[in-house]
Amino acid sequence: MIPELGHFALVLAFVLALVQAVVPLVGAARNNQSMMAVARPAAQGQFLFIVFAYGCLTWAFITSDFSVQLAATNSHSETPLMYKITGVWGNHEGSLLLWAMSLSLWTVAVTVFSRNLPDAFMARVIGVLGFVSLGFIAFMLVTSNPFDRLLPGAPQGRDLNPLLQDPGMIIHPPLLYMGYVGFSVAFAFAIAALLTGRFDAAWARWSRPWTTVAWVFLTAGIAVGSGWAYYELGWGGWWFWDPVENASFIPWLVGTALMHSLAVTEKRGAFRSWTVLLAISAFSLSLLGTFLVRSGVITSVHAFATDPARGMFILALLVIVIGVSLLLYAWRAPKLTGGGSFGLVSRDTTLLGNNVLLAVVAASVLLGTLYPLFLDALNLGKISVGPPYFEAVFVPLMTPVVVLMMFGPFLRWKNDEMGAVVRRLAPAAVVSVLTGVGVAFAIGNPTWRTMLGISLAAWVVLTSFQLLAARLKDRHGGTTSSRLSTIPAAWWGMWLAHFGVGIFIIGVTLVGSIESNLDLRMKEGQQADFAGYTVKFRGVVEADGPNYDAMRATIDLSRDGRAIATLQPEKRVYRAMGMPMTEAALDIGVFRDVYVSLGEQLPEGDWIVSLHYKPFISWIWAGCIFMVLGGILAAADRRYRRLAERSAPAGAAAHAA
Amino acid sequence: MKARSKRLMLVGGGVALLAAAVALVLSAFQQNLVFFHTPTEVMEGKAPTGKTFRIGGLVEDGSIQREADGLTVRFAITDTAKVIPVSYRGTLPDLFKEGKGAVVQGTLGPDGQFRATEVLAKHDENYMPPEAAHALEQAHKAGMTVSQ
Repeated sequence: MIPELGHFALVLAFVLALVQAVVPLVGAARNNQSMMAVARPAAQGQFLFIVFAYGCLTWAFITSDFSVQLAATNSHSETPLMYKITGVWGNHEGSLLLWAMSLSLWTVAVTVFSRNLPDAFMARVIGVLGFVSLGFIAFMLVTSNPFDRLLPGAPQGRDLNPLLQDPGMIIHPPLLYMGYVGFSVAFAFAIAALLTGRFDAAWARWSRPWTTVAWVFLTAGIAVGSGWAYYELGWGGWWFWDPVENASFIPWLVGTALMHSLAVTEKRGAFRSWTVLLAISAFSLSLLGTFLVRSGVITSVHAFATDPARGMFILALLVIVIGVSLLLYAWRAPKLTGGGSFGLVSRDTTLLGNNVLLAVVAASVLLGTLYPLFLDALNLGKISVGPPYFEAVFVPLMTPVVVLMMFGPFLRWKNDEMGAVVRRLAPAAVVSVLTGVGVAFAIGNPTWRTMLGISLAAWVVLTSFQLLAARLKDRHGGTTSSRLSTIPAAWWGMWLAHFGVGIFIIGVTLVGSIESNLDLRMKEGQQADFAGYTVKFRGVVEADGPNYDAMRATIDLSRDGRAIATLQPEKRVYRAMGMPMTEAALDIGVFRDVYVSLGEQLPEGDWIVSLHYKPFISWIWAGCIFMVLGGILAAADRRYRRLAERSAPAGAAAHAA
Repeated sequence: MKARSKRLMLVGGGVALLAAAVALVLSAFQQNLVFFHTPTEVMEGKAPTGKTFRIGGLVEDGSIQREADGLTVRFAITDTAKVIPVSYRGTLPDLFKEGKGAVVQGTLGPDGQFRATEVLAKHDENYMPPEAAHALEQAHKAGMTVSQ
């Protein structure tokens, strides 16, 4: 009964999405206040029904109702409660429902936090979001109903893929989806602007906090996913340039460009047509990413053929979203000419340069991700494009981005003098290069990669502090602390996020340059030396979990006779699927992780033990945390709220009238 | 500088930058594609020697052997028509088993032995790596045309 209620709620949500898509847009076109006023309640009602439907599906998982197909294939009565709940989105249908729920949540957030928008503009934004929601709910109802029954019901479920039974996987998908779907708000603002032809600074100012918050979610989601891959996949890598990862990284690159381009549009009125194009691209690529990961195209393009309805629906939805928005863009963009002009040496130019570079990087990652799928789909042979391609492209293209990134904040908008800036930044540049070369030799790894990486990181860190010092000196009068307090949150956000990039580069460079790995055959009681540590294998015992059987090893880690940690990696077999899993154990530190995983058991009772020494890997996560915090600060800047307060009375008056 | 020549410099610089980026991407692409071959194709000499490529198929029953160090593994990959001997040093994926699908990446030695640097197995019990499934399908088709 409850699954049917959920299904029914989804149908009602569909009807409300239809109302939300059509009525406000018609109202805005006819300047009909009462039709436009439908936008808010329709969006909020739709949210309630989707949440209800989602709750019903979760209920089927929690109560192990295996007459629901999805629960039977993705849950098990012995699965821990937490993973029953997260199992809801560990599959195609459930993740679509999560997607629709995040979209609805974002829409409701717009209705709540953007009360100051002009009614007609708001109606258009909500209408566009309604159309997107309509497409997704229709996709679910027609081809991927999460509430499908399995009759007769299965006596037991097949359990959630053990790889997904992990704390990292509890928060990764919701964060990632909030990020993906968050770009729909910037997209809706862009489409609404295209419909009205209104592209002023106000439009950019409205879009900015939404875009930044979406970017924050996406950054956090990607970082958590990367952390999960690091400790869960059992061999210590943190980024594989796997299509699934690329699917989230491409929208991130374009979203980063969009965030910066919006800044220029707001401050200078320039790049307007480019900003609109980026907003459309960021969302379209998010859609593409969702489908790449969720439709099974990556595991096999021919998965499409097994369910043509699903494949055609996906393609149709993508073509409609991308096609209609690009048509609208082609029709309206010619009116977007003008905007502020700027000189060759200016903050505008550095931002333009980085925007173009980020777009090129995104395009090259997209090429490497899609090309094998195209070849395969056309039966032209099977190839794979691995990490060497992505690294060969990514490093040289991102190097100028990082250099320019720190140039920009030192330059004035519109026009500046090259000589002055070069004189100011030359010492930092020289010290950075010397640091890069020095560190590379000091750690015994004098490769180009290390020198470049450390030089770039030093450049970011040094110029960050130089920028802070300059900012404090610029202001006349007052004490240092009073000058500190006048710096707006958005500036700190920018500073922190850029600083985070430097920290991130240190982590990536050093873990790549000086990590080491040793696979050993070990007997009970045997000792081995590894990366300056002594590792003692104390043996293996059985340690069964709720839904798996495990062998747990105990390994002592010590250095110069001093005990550091006792690590207990496991080899598990999940009972429902009979699927083996390696559960690594880590000793996490600021400057290094020691990572131990258990390989196969050999016939004589010995075990293969895989040891990894991962210097500075925590700096990768720390860099991401700085970027996320920077984004939060930037979005929380007072001037966005001030704006809301200032225009609130006018809005209230309009409502009263 | 006049506004017009400034704009020209900006556009010119942008185009030069883009051209360089495209050249970089295309050359990296050319150099780093990893092709896939079935065991039959390898036996027919269609696979490059000294260049990295992938082979997919089933791990032949009874073929897994470990050397004394316990770390170097020898096994054979088959598409049911032809068999390729493979050697690999390192930890095998959890789902690597005899009779199950696997994909290996590495180079073919002059002795006909494939030296794998990477071994990929299925993601779950029911799922076969697409390359492995493809190899079996090809061999099956070839077998049918021969027997007709």
